[in-house]
Amino acid sequence: MMGGIDIIVLIATLMAASTPVLLAATGELVAEKSGVLNLGVEGMMIMGAVGGFAVATATGSPVLGFAAGAVAGALLALLFAVLTQIFLSNQVATGLALTLFGLGLSALIGKGYEGVRPPPTAKLEFGPLADIPVLGPILFSHDWVVYASLVLVALTWAVLKYTRAGLILRAVGESHDAAHALGYRVVAVRFAALAYGGALAGMGGAYLSLVRVPQWTEGMTAGAGWIALAIVVFASWRAERVLIGAYLFGGITALQLQLQAAGYAIPVHLLSMAPYVITIIVLVILSAAHRHGVAAAPAALGRSFHASN
Amino acid sequence: MITLIKRPTPSKGWSYATPVVAVLATMVAGGLLFAALGKNPVEAIRVIFWDPLFGANAAYFRSQLLVKAAPLILIASGLAVGFRAGIWNIGAEGQYIIGAICGAAVALSVYPAESAWLFPAMVIAGALGGLLWGMIPALLKTLFGTSEILVSLMLVYVAQNLLAYVAFGPLKNPQGYGFPGSRNLQQYPSAHNPELIAGTGAHWGVMAAIVAVIALYILMHRHIAGFRIRVAGEAPRAARFAGVVPARLVVFCLGLSGALAGLAGLFEVSGPSGQITDSFNAGYGFTAIIVAFLGRLHPLGILLAGLLMALTYIGGDMAQLILQLPAAAIQVFQGMLLFFLLGFDVLTNYRIRIGGARA
Repeated sequence: MMGGIDIIVLIATLMAASTPVLLAATGELVAEKSGVLNLGVEGMMIMGAVGGFAVATATGSPVLGFAAGAVAGALLALLFAVLTQIFLSNQVATGLALTLFGLGLSALIGKGYEGVRPPPTAKLEFGPLADIPVLGPILFSHDWVVYASLVLVALTWAVLKYTRAGLILRAVGESHDAAHALGYRVVAVRFAALAYGGALAGMGGAYLSLVRVPQWTEGMTAGAGWIALAIVVFASWRAERVLIGAYLFGGITALQLQLQAAGYAIPVHLLSMAPYVITIIVLVILSAAHRHGVAAAPAALGRSFHASN
Repeated sequence: MITLIKRPTPSKGWSYATPVVAVLATMVAGGLLFAALGKNPVEAIRVIFWDPLFGANAAYFRSQLLVKAAPLILIASGLAVGFRAGIWNIGAEGQYIIGAICGAAVALSVYPAESAWLFPAMVIAGALGGLLWGMIPALLKTLFGTSEILVSLMLVYVAQNLLAYVAFGPLKNPQGYGFPGSRNLQQYPSAHNPELIAGTGAHWGVMAAIVAVIALYILMHRHIAGFRIRVAGEAPRAARFAGVVPARLVVFCLGLSGALAGLAGLFEVSGPSGQITDSFNAGYGFTAIIVAFLGRLHPLGILLAGLLMALTYIGGDMAQLILQLPAAAIQVFQGMLLFFLLGFDVLTNYRIRIGGARA
């Protein structure tokens, strides 16, 4: 205990609080590594939140709920892919459209789910491990999605770094013209990367509605998708740093909630600003540090690819 | 096989036609959506697009049209300048909120003093508030190279929390029986932004929107500064050789769009809305992004697009009352419109050839 804040509980909460943005940021990392800037993360997350919630309550199975969330996110990402990769629309504008559309459509679908409780997501049983002091509650007290998200980050990192598929993906993101000349199918690679990003964002959204909150409310992602985008920048487009960024952000959210609960005399609304303000501060520190260094972003990020060029 | 062939220059005809085609396509897709919700699609489209203009009680709805369109046009005019230059202010919603808070704070701090100077002072405070809020991403971008997209968007959430804080705290009506929300400025003659011409809905914000559209036309199409802004967006390297200072451009675009969004917020809080509450903002800052694109970033286009978007708001409200269409349906409708617009835009820059060339 420190000033009314239980450190162990704080760290345990941090892992759960980080999971939605960790998933979304990992997905967006892959999309951006392929050279596409998808600003629609918020829209894909909230579609995942409502899709996952609807299926989980209808079937009683949170596992199916997470699968549905991933599908909903991926479908929205494919819509983005069709517009930006086939119709060559502006990626920034299309991403914004995706977010506005997702927020509207989720509110439409979510009518009637307000006040409903989703089926509980099972915690993994570690037996006596959970009783280890300090480490038990921090490492062995979570639901399966928290561990799955960590496995996904590790897999993403390994695939990007060590496999041929990862190399092709990065090549497409660095120079789509060169990758095209080598015979790689730029558009197909980007479709796959976007779909993966959408699926992970959708799962992250489903984690919000099925575990974190857990219920459905309109606009419940409250900027988590945008924070995921910021975390990708923070991570300088590296998977292992996405984990650090997401947990840092989750820590701030968890600390802020505990400060509210501990009854400090800081107005609730000012505390609720903290995650956004700190995200901005971190972005500033990072961009200041990178100012004169090498640009970390994929070279083709945000540019449209047309084979005739 | 269908292939896209890049046009040597963008097609003028298609650049005018795509917004119209997009609106028509959205009506069809929207009709399908409404049918899926179990409503008669033809009736829904008529209630949204026809009845507010020509149906029964149309006189009332026509006045609402200006009230809803004014903030959209005002904000979109500012955003269009930045979008042309490739500077993405997507935090207009936050600048709108801060403008409203600053303007209202000026009035509430001197309540109940009456003075002809009060309203002008509020207007200045509102514009300054939005300007300063827009300066945050601008300065961070110019000093540190931080993405203005992410910072301006994050600041929306900060502004929303600040709004809730002042509505429950410093600006709360002391005679409000403990309810959150400020005094109602509609009952404070010096601070009220009234309907100037009875029955039209035209308040000072509508006048400001008209001025903004004209000023945007002069700036972008009749002035060297507008030419420089367009060059900066289309060919940043060429613009630098021509002496455009990128940092100055960022500050100008974000400052201008911030100030206009702040003004829109001030006119709304002192007029149609009347008071600061935690749910005072209605998403105009985000819808204005659609308005700017639908209007092709052109002043006249923005004027028409703003009116059309206002119509979908009013028609959406009516459809909610008459057909029990969920409020979110209209949000989906607006989102679809932007999708279709961006999709059809390919025809402006590319020709479609069926058969022939290898894909």
